[in-house]
Amino acid sequence: MNAALSIDGLEVVFDRFRALKGVSLEVKSGDSYGLVGESGSGKSTLLKAIAGLAPAASGTIAVNGKTLGTRRDKAFYREVQMVFQDPYGSLHPRQTVDRLLQEPLAIHGFADGEKRIQRALDEVGLGTGFRFRYAHQLSGGQRQRVAIARALILEPSILLLDEPTSALDASVQAEVLNLLEEIRRRRKLTFLMVSHDLAIVTHMCERLMVMQNGEAVENLTASQLIGHRVTKDYTRNLLRASEGFVRG
Amino acid sequence: MSAETIQTRRDWLLSDRPASRMQARLGRAYVAWRRFSANRLAFVGLLIIIGLLVVAAFADVLAPYSPTIGDLKGSRLLAPSAAHWFGTDDLGRDIYSRIIYGSRWTLYVVILVAVIAAPIGLLVGTVAGYAGGWTDAILMRITDIFLAFPKLILALAFVAALGPGIENAVLAIAITSWPPYARIARAETLTVRNSDYIKAVQLMGASPFRIVLRHIMPLCISSLIIRVTLDMAGIILTAAGLGFLGLGAQPPLPEWGAMIASGRRFVLDQWWVAGAPGFAILIVSLGFNLLGDGLRDALDPRSGDQ
Repeated sequence: MNAALSIDGLEVVFDRFRALKGVSLEVKSGDSYGLVGESGSGKSTLLKAIAGLAPAASGTIAVNGKTLGTRRDKAFYREVQMVFQDPYGSLHPRQTVDRLLQEPLAIHGFADGEKRIQRALDEVGLGTGFRFRYAHQLSGGQRQRVAIARALILEPSILLLDEPTSALDASVQAEVLNLLEEIRRRRKLTFLMVSHDLAIVTHMCERLMVMQNGEAVENLTASQLIGHRVTKDYTRNLLRASEGFVRG
Repeated sequence: MSAETIQTRRDWLLSDRPASRMQARLGRAYVAWRRFSANRLAFVGLLIIIGLLVVAAFADVLAPYSPTIGDLKGSRLLAPSAAHWFGTDDLGRDIYSRIIYGSRWTLYVVILVAVIAAPIGLLVGTVAGYAGGWTDAILMRITDIFLAFPKLILALAFVAALGPGIENAVLAIAITSWPPYARIARAETLTVRNSDYIKAVQLMGASPFRIVLRHIMPLCISSLIIRVTLDMAGIILTAAGLGFLGLGAQPPLPEWGAMIASGRRFVLDQWWVAGAPGFAILIVSLGFNLLGDGLRDALDPRSGDQ
């Protein structure tokens, strides 16, 4: 299978601070790829750089074999969409769900908006009852479902997930993760998912990359991580930390 | 209408699951209205403004005399009486009628200034805030230059250049009153431009123009409406000031500021000539201020996420 997303030597610099120091990465089409690391390791910055929200200082990003320039065109946004971490901040406070979902359709000039909105809401498990609500009338999990519906409505092939469940409580987390998994299987999507939760990453992703201080530490498969077959000390520490408190 | 239908109507408006765009919008307006009408003083302000509108609309019916033609022979500077409620001025014109017709000019000034100044301020502020960099620097320095002048002095300069008259006074006031709106809109824009929901729209490939117009401006509008309403009193006073200085409305136009100016010669002996229009300005300014305060409570985007 060919690569849906390939990144080579990507650097991102904010006011002299090197947030990403030459990261390379390849995600196969239909794969689910995880990025793990502590806060400030550059994993979210990597997603933002792909989406065009953070400026790339050097390096190349290619989506489905096409190398991206500094400016993203509309075709790019129909291929790549993103779900943000905080569902409380990612929905416009003065727009109904209907309006939120209509916006991408209006921008890209889709004619069958009515049908698509209906389908998108059904797909994320929200009925029509939610269509004309404002964001403040929704719970955290419902908001994240709306955000997922908004990302899916343009039918992208790649979905960037920036800790999509870290702001939700445990039971809702599982629901949203299962929803994402189901959608990926049905639509044959490629996921690039950031998380600091190793359990989620091993559950969701086949392959993953461990990051630290803006650099890739190592590339692993999920089974290697589960079996603790890791080579770097940093990953070992991360694994130990994720096991948490162990009764002695 | 029975109590039951009122109840169901309220439930329909406050529904968690609106069934149409219309219902969602009406429900939101209803919540804002409930918050607004709970404030007694704001309600009084609204009544004053509605009163002003009614008086202006029905001036022809309400005014007992002509506002411009007086009886020089028999009724100069008469004290308030049953025939002339607010007395008459030095040209024998009925002051009550003049104040009623003057309400039209007051409304004319206030509405025109708001319609010209608010959109300019909104556009300059949101574009500066969203674009940042050079665009921001240039637009905001221009704003600073306008803000550095005292408002009335700048308006005076404009009127002096354009010539006296109420249209030019309106233009001069509009030109001097947009900078604060630009400041507010920019501040409001800066707080939302980096939020995830704006990023999400950027990620859909929306043009900057679309983002500013459809996603940022609606968030700035409520604070702008509040500010404009609170400024209305100031606008009326500036217009009255220009009228008083002889640079606004020209005689025989029954503009309140100009009426005070013409009455100041006999303010000690015939106090009603200047007092009546002064009182009218006071009431209307108070009405706009009370309304503005009420709107702030009802529309404040930071209260209750409404």
